[in-house]
Amino acid sequence: MEMLLAQAAETTISVAAIGKGLVYGLAAIGPGIGIGLIFGNAIQAIARQPEAAGLVRPIMFLGFALAEALALLGFVLFFLIT
Amino acid sequence: MNLAAAPGFHVPEVTHLLNFAPLFSFKVGGMEFHVTFITLVMFGLTFLLAALFVAAFRNATVIPGKLQNALEAGVDGVREQIVAPILGSDTERFMPLLTAMFFFVFAMNFMEVVPPVQFPLSSRMAIPAFFAALSYVIFNYLGIRKQGPINYFKGILFPPGVPKFIYVILTPIEFMSTFIFRPLTLAVRLFANMMAGHVMLTIFFLASAYFLYGADSIFLRVIFPFPFVLSIILTGFEMFIGLIQAFIITILTAVYIQGALHPEH
Repeated sequence: MEMLLAQAAETTISVAAIGKGLVYGLAAIGPGIGIGLIFGNAIQAIARQPEAAGLVRPIMFLGFALAEALALLGFVLFFLIT
Repeated sequence: MNLAAAPGFHVPEVTHLLNFAPLFSFKVGGMEFHVTFITLVMFGLTFLLAALFVAAFRNATVIPGKLQNALEAGVDGVREQIVAPILGSDTERFMPLLTAMFFFVFAMNFMEVVPPVQFPLSSRMAIPAFFAALSYVIFNYLGIRKQGPINYFKGILFPPGVPKFIYVILTPIEFMSTFIFRPLTLAVRLFANMMAGHVMLTIFFLASAYFLYGADSIFLRVIFPFPFVLSIILTGFEMFIGLIQAFIITILTAVYIQGALHPEH
């Protein structure tokens, strides 16, 4: 019985560890794609019309910040899972 | 954990990296205040920034001196890059707030790479949370004062120009995104970025030291330059991230203020 309990406790720990890894890994997929699209399109916009760089840059960082927030929520969850 | 007992490279606990023992504490009206190293550095930075700005702009001359020139470039950068493209004609009104916010957050982030501190102050949740709360209070207050409470909340919760039945889905989403996720992500973004950076730099530098001294392995000593050079590059990268995060929290505050002042029609 005791052995079973100990085993169960160990299993819980490892499941939490797997969950921790998965949480950040999965949370990073979407924002990774999104940030790639944002910067790619901003580079394209600036390359096509260099005068618009001043206009594009704040919007680019805005989009970057909004997309990145999702990944960071995953990063925080990583520490919250026990 | 078995891992901690095993020989080899240990990553220190995150709480160990981010917690500081209080130097002294005092009580005001039942609330206990702990003054840590971080608090002292934060107050030091406040006075340093205030002193710099006073020294630079108190006797502002037409032909600027070195200090005035440098700070003028900084303030001008904030105006031209962050505030003016977003706020337009309201720029001058919010410049003091946003400039102070930008420089203070940047100074705190920059402490990551300043030798005696080497800890980004904004990786303590209290500081980003304060800035998020400040931004939240300001944009809600401005929106309510400019549009009146009913119009303000109606403009956010029931944005015009959508078919009626969409409101069933849209209103809860708008409510969550504006009143809950805006301050939450504002705080978490700054906090998590700086904390991740701090943990990453710590691990890279510890790993470099471990590769060189800790392990009795020729192979690790041979590849030691890789983590070492990479950690130096990452230090530069962290300086850049600190700048970007200060930029982002300022520009987002500007966007939220702009959204509260000029609702969509």
